[in-house]
Amino acid sequence: MSADLLAVCSLLSDYGFYADGGKYDEWLGLFAKDCSYHVVPKENVDRELPAALIYCDTRGMLEDRIQSLRVVSKYNIHTDRHIIGIPRITTIGPDALLAEAPFSVYQTEQEGETRLFATGLYRDRLHRNGKGLRISQKMVVLDTFAVPSLLATPL
Amino acid sequence: MLDRSSATERENAVTSAIWPRNDYSRVPYRFYHDPSVYQLELQKVFGGATWSFIGLDVEVPKPGDFRASYLGETPIIFNRDEDGEIKAFVNRCAHRGAMVRRELTGNCKTHTCIYHQWCFARDGKLLGVPFRRGVKGQGGYDKDFDTATHGLQQVRVASVYGVLFGTLSSEAEPIESYLGEKMRDYLKRIFERPVRVLGYHRQRVRGNWKAYAVNPRDNYHASLLHDFFGTFGLDRTSQIGGLTMDPRHRHCVTWGRAEDEATRQKSLQTYANEQIQSSGLKLREPSLAEFLPEGPDDLSVAILSIFPNCVVQQIANSIAARQIRPRGPDEFEIFQTLIGFKDDSPEMTLHRLRQTNLVGPAGLVSMEDSEAIEIAHRASKAEGEEAAEVVELGGGGAISDRDYRANDVSVRGFWSYYAEILGIEPVGAQR
Repeated sequence: MSADLLAVCSLLSDYGFYADGGKYDEWLGLFAKDCSYHVVPKENVDRELPAALIYCDTRGMLEDRIQSLRVVSKYNIHTDRHIIGIPRITTIGPDALLAEAPFSVYQTEQEGETRLFATGLYRDRLHRNGKGLRISQKMVVLDTFAVPSLLATPL
Repeated sequence: MLDRSSATERENAVTSAIWPRNDYSRVPYRFYHDPSVYQLELQKVFGGATWSFIGLDVEVPKPGDFRASYLGETPIIFNRDEDGEIKAFVNRCAHRGAMVRRELTGNCKTHTCIYHQWCFARDGKLLGVPFRRGVKGQGGYDKDFDTATHGLQQVRVASVYGVLFGTLSSEAEPIESYLGEKMRDYLKRIFERPVRVLGYHRQRVRGNWKAYAVNPRDNYHASLLHDFFGTFGLDRTSQIGGLTMDPRHRHCVTWGRAEDEATRQKSLQTYANEQIQSSGLKLREPSLAEFLPEGPDDLSVAILSIFPNCVVQQIANSIAARQIRPRGPDEFEIFQTLIGFKDDSPEMTLHRLRQTNLVGPAGLVSMEDSEAIEIAHRASKAEGEEAAEVVELGGGGAISDRDYRANDVSVRGFWSYYAEILGIEPVGAQR
């Protein structure tokens, strides 16, 4: 396994672990200082339509999302479990990588019932700084664009 | 129509006696759960003399463009003919009932069913069937087989400023009087400008479609359930606003005016006194909740509900048309078309795209709706005949327009027209 692949796998495993554990400061810490985060229904991607379910084109907006999630949003009480597949990596610059990884998220309700909540593809632009790889752009292409119930916790 | 119901079903059928009060301030939970009520709705609400929202004119700009939609649970296709007119038909082959068009969108001259290659025109007329005269003189259809009687079921389409409504009924009143002047004006307010589709949101909710149809009519919940509004000062019940209905009270607009800063601070204080306001939290990107005035008035929120399945929403600069698609008594889909305008500047388009964060399944002021509907659906399932929900804010009695926001009167308007359509209005019913 190449060093790049290992580093990306490690980043993605942290990503899922922090998201599922509700460790949102650590989760935000995986993003670069300037970053974007979009969750886009696959039907919009296929038809080249720009609207997203979550559209954060600045880090400030992503932080607003997390603040809202923590303070104001009310949503189904549940546990998430990210299953992230092996990423496909393309080098796009001296310190920049494109990583595409399939993912699924299972949701378990309070009484122990689990359902497949979402599946799709991560399209991440990553760059390397002194501390390692950080996410500069993340696009979550959502195959499950008929969203079951609601989408509050991060994919 | 054949009555396929059993004797027991007929005995248990809903009647006008089901209403505890004739002003619809009590709504029995049975309406949200009973499969026989749902069957009646498919027949009389979605298959009856009403107009359902099916899509937008701008989605099929060129001759041959088609898009799939629904009337209740019935799949339909609307498409543009050579002469520019929009035609629609039920997407069910007149032969063996297969979906003729499997794609959701596309462009074509004709529609051919894959099963036996029956081929239909864009207006649903049957153009031809394979082996009509048989093969080598054997088989084929009888001589009196008439293609004219085997077309696809027609859907009547009406366009109001490019917003498309469909009906299966030949008895539905003209769309102009169905909507009424005020509702047409609210559609005009948005759709008079040339529209651009920015994308779609879809959401599957484990509840009954009517719970969603009445939700935007209920001004009560908006700033209480959706904490984002009050916390970040976007929309409050104390804002100047109100409720406007059509003469029959089947449709409505709930609206709120943009406030100047002094008024905003004063009403935030009202919230603080009621201990509803969460904190002095601020957004890092305030544009998310910022209203850039556009259009002919100063309304920062205007939510139009059209019976039975349509919501047109303006929340700040986020604009969308929602179609409620029922899927049995226990599930529905919200199909939301997000729009901007062809003359929007690139900055305005970006502003609208950012404000899509407010709406849809992940919307900062909308995600709570589906949770509220699901927990109500779950908790009311086991209730018997007598149990009913309370709809009484703004008082009971007459159903009428209000120039204040703390009311849910048009929820009663919805039920009054629903009861009329189902033929179960109580004695002395309010309308």
